[in-house]
This record gives sequence, C-alpha cells and structure tokens, in this order.
Amino acid sequence: MSVLFRAPSLCLRFQTSFAAASRLSSSQSGKKFTKKHEWISVENGVGTVGITDFAAEQLGDVVFVELPDEGTEVSKGESTGAVESVKAASDIYAPVSGTVTKKNVALEEEPGQINKSPFDKGWMYKLKVKDEKELKDLLDASQYEEFKKENQGH
Amino acid sequence: MNKLLPSPFVLASRHFSISAAVANSKRTCLHDLHKKNGGKMVEFAGYDMPVQYSDLSIKDSSLHTRKHVSLFDVSHMLQTHIVGKDRVAFIESLTTADVQGLKPNSGTLSVFTNEKGGIKDDLIVTKTDQDFIYMVTNAGCIDKDLPYLQENAAKWRSDGKDVEIKTLDGRGLVAVQGPAMSKVLQNETDIDLSKLTFMTTAVGKVCGIENCRVTRCGYTGEDGVEVSVDPKEAAKLVERLLASNKGDVKLAGLGARDVLRLEAGLCLYGSDIDENTTPIEAGLAFVVAKRRRETLDFPGAEKIVGQLKEKNWPKRRVGLIAEPGRSPRGHLPLVDPLDKAAIGFVTSGCPSPNLEKNIAIAYVDRSHSKEGTKFLVDFGSKQTKVTVTKMPFVKTNYFTGK
Repeated sequence: MSVLFRAPSLCLRFQTSFAAASRLSSSQSGKKFTKKHEWISVENGVGTVGITDFAAEQLGDVVFVELPDEGTEVSKGESTGAVESVKAASDIYAPVSGTVTKKNVALEEEPGQINKSPFDKGWMYKLKVKDEKELKDLLDASQYEEFKKENQGH
Repeated sequence: MNKLLPSPFVLASRHFSISAAVANSKRTCLHDLHKKNGGKMVEFAGYDMPVQYSDLSIKDSSLHTRKHVSLFDVSHMLQTHIVGKDRVAFIESLTTADVQGLKPNSGTLSVFTNEKGGIKDDLIVTKTDQDFIYMVTNAGCIDKDLPYLQENAAKWRSDGKDVEIKTLDGRGLVAVQGPAMSKVLQNETDIDLSKLTFMTTAVGKVCGIENCRVTRCGYTGEDGVEVSVDPKEAAKLVERLLASNKGDVKLAGLGARDVLRLEAGLCLYGSDIDENTTPIEAGLAFVVAKRRRETLDFPGAEKIVGQLKEKNWPKRRVGLIAEPGRSPRGHLPLVDPLDKAAIGFVTSGCPSPNLEKNIAIAYVDRSHSKEGTKFLVDFGSKQTKVTVTKMPFVKTNYFTGK
C-alpha cells in the first residue's frame, strides 16, 4: 500500500518541475483541506467542496456519488454524502458548517469527473458558510502535503 | 473521506500507516514483476500483493478478463502434495470430497470442516496419476491449515499409517483466465488443452518451462487454468504470455479478482464462508460428495448431513441485486420492509462492472431466501431495495468439453 501512496500524481508533480509545481499551487490557491481528504475553497461566503486527487486515486474509478440536497443544513464533520468506486465506498464530511446552496448534478451523470478533475469539474457541492472562523481549523496546501507525508510512514 | 466498508484486502483510504506492515509482508516469486508493471501493492493474507496495475482500473480489468485474458499471481496460495499410500483416506478424513472416486488427474472443490460442521477452509483437491494428491488452499488460512494438516498426519503416522504433507514452498501459481485463454496458452504448451476439461490437470511444458502443472480451474467464472511453475521461471512465463500475439493478455490484481469471483457467485473465505457457516448454509451442498453423505466420516458430518436431510437450516446464502445508488457491502444489515426486523446481513458486495448493477452475496433467514423476494439493505442514513437473485450473476463459461 505504501507504493500506492508514494505514487500519487500530486507528489510526483511537486517533484518534477517548478512549472508543474506552480500550476498545482494555482489549482489549489485558497483551498483548505481536511484530514479526511476533502477540500474547500471559499469565495464571498460561499464554499465549494470536493475530494482531493489523493482521495480520488485511492478510491479508483468513482461509479456513484451521493450529494446533499440544496437547503440542507450541515455541521462541520457531519456526513454529507458518499462516493463509491468498484473497490470501496467513502463518506464525504462537511469541512465547515453551513447551508448547501447547490450540488454538482453533472457528477450524477458522470461520476468519473471526480477522478479526472478532482479540484475543478469534480467539485461536489457549494454551501453558504456559517462561520468563516471554522476555516482556520483546516489545513492549507502545504500543511496538507505534510499531513499526507507524515501519515504515509515515509 | 472515511472508508466505510473495506474489502478484506483493500485498506481504508484514511489508514495510511501501512508501510511497516508491507515491509514485514511476504513476497511471491512475482513480486519484482508486479513492481515493474506498475502494480499497486497492498497487504493481503500476509503477502505484499498487487490490487491493480497502473494501466487499468479495477473496473476495466474486470471487463477485460471477460473479453480477453488476464493473468493473476496467485502464488500466495498454499500448494501442497500429500504423499504416502494412505493419502486418499487421510485427506477424506478432513474434507467432504470423494477423492477415492475421482478419476486420476481430476480434482474437485471441497472444504475442511470443523466439528460443528463449519468451514475451516475451502480448497481444490486433485488426485494426480502419480503417487501424490495436489491441493491448493487459501493464503489467509495457511497459519491454521498447515499445523492442522501436519498434526493430523502425525497422528495417522503414530497409528501406523503412511501419509506425509509436503508443501511446495514459494512455488509460483499463475491463473490465466478469460475466453481467449486456450488460444493464447495452446500456442505455448505441449499439453492438449482441448482434452483438458474443467477440473482436470496435466503436467507439461509451458512457455518453454518444463514440469508445469496446468489445472483447468479458476476463480473468475471464465474458462481458465492455474499454472503451477518453478518460482525461478514464473516471471518468464508471465512475460511470455503478456507478449502473446494470440490474444490481448493483461495483468490483473486482487481487485479484479474479487469483483470477478463475486460476479460468478463464488465465495471468498473469511467473508462469505467461515468456521460458523456450514457448506449447506453456504449453498455448497454439492461439495459434500454423495458417498461421504453415507459414510459420515468427516468432521461435523452429522450436523451437515442432518441439515441436508431435514432441509431446515435457518440461514441461507443468497445473491442480491440492488436498486441503483449505493452498493451493498459486507457487514451491512438487511431488514424486512414491513416490520423493519433484521433478516440477515451482506457478506460481500460491489458495483458489478460487467452487469452495471450493484450485486451482493448475503445470508438471510430462510423465510426471505426465495428468488424474487424483496427487502432492504440498511446503510444507516438510508435504505435501498434489494432483490434475491439467482447466482452466478454473470453466466459462467467453464470448459466442460461438451
């Protein structure tokens, strides 16, 4: 399994070139991360939530996504849906508290977008953030990288 | 992300501290080949094994196997020779098989049973035309099977009987599975595959390697063989088959293997069968040979044959097809839609790439086991309707020669 973790494209891209690294950081600028591998990016009080490329790679081909309905009030850490591959099923937890304003219905037709574009087209839902202070508890991109490294037993 | 329902060999996505386990894991003779071919390694039954390879997702690998040919490293399984003139009586004393009645060079699926009639392990036992029985048992059960075999053999010897257990330590075992197997393999072997029917065995040259044992069997529901090969030559065998121009041959890992066996309705030991399920409850009555039902001379025989005669066993293994949505997975409870009473539980399940439906194996109360019965699988936050369905889910294609 360590190979599985050493290989994620995220790490490799970091190592290959400066250009690749900067491309990566732009795709993640302003994003915050949970230790359960969700990301959130907040603009004007509205957060967009998805799972990281690392999580997507772990799952393999996503074949089904369950998303929270608009208007659902969620608390930080609460299960807000699920993603499922042939290999496994995973809960998706709310990175912060808030009210769901939109779900990415395109994923219901094409769940594979989570693998192809986890940080962009694979976004899962948007929520009106209840308390932006909760964002401070989350990891930034470099802390998330550190967290992954520490937990891979390298 | 928190993985809810791990398959036995797939580690939860948030359980990351596994490198120590991998470092202590045993390796098969094909370990280097897996790494070279982009194998994503996981710990399974004490071995560092590929769950998939970088060129194919588990889904695509499962589809590929049913269209073309896949190669699986199954060298982690325990291969054993049982020798001595009392070998047939010995192995019959521990299993439900009629080894005496087997034709030379043919084999059968069987089980080691315990005194309660539960299944200690499932296995393939083959009576060769030489002076030994060839047996393949699960990697996950090596630590209990081997002492069990050794202790019993020692007991037999102290009673003046002639039997000995010889494990084929480290020997390679490669499963070649899929509809184009015979086209690919016939080009590489002197064994006549048109005569090698399902559950028969032959020894010959494969890919230029002498003394390979080729047995027509597998764990995918497709036509296929398992090739037992000298560990030093195993990589050569795999590489030559991969390079075949007679078919599209790819490596497949444990992920596809689990999907394929589930689609074929085959049990995974430790998930769908264990020490607490009898072969009858598991729907494996066919492994209890006719003659053995009369002789009653295997562990737990009275319980097992009693269940067969009275037809009253309380829980039954069934196949389920779920409505679109979340897939049933092992350990999830099943409930009656009317009174919400628990009626059983899922033992394994996944989205089937070949059927494009969510399928599962489960144990349910007899009252809910009839084909077509509908009830609910309980995910906690929601419930999904499932229907009892005949297995195999995907039509099997064994080569019976007919």
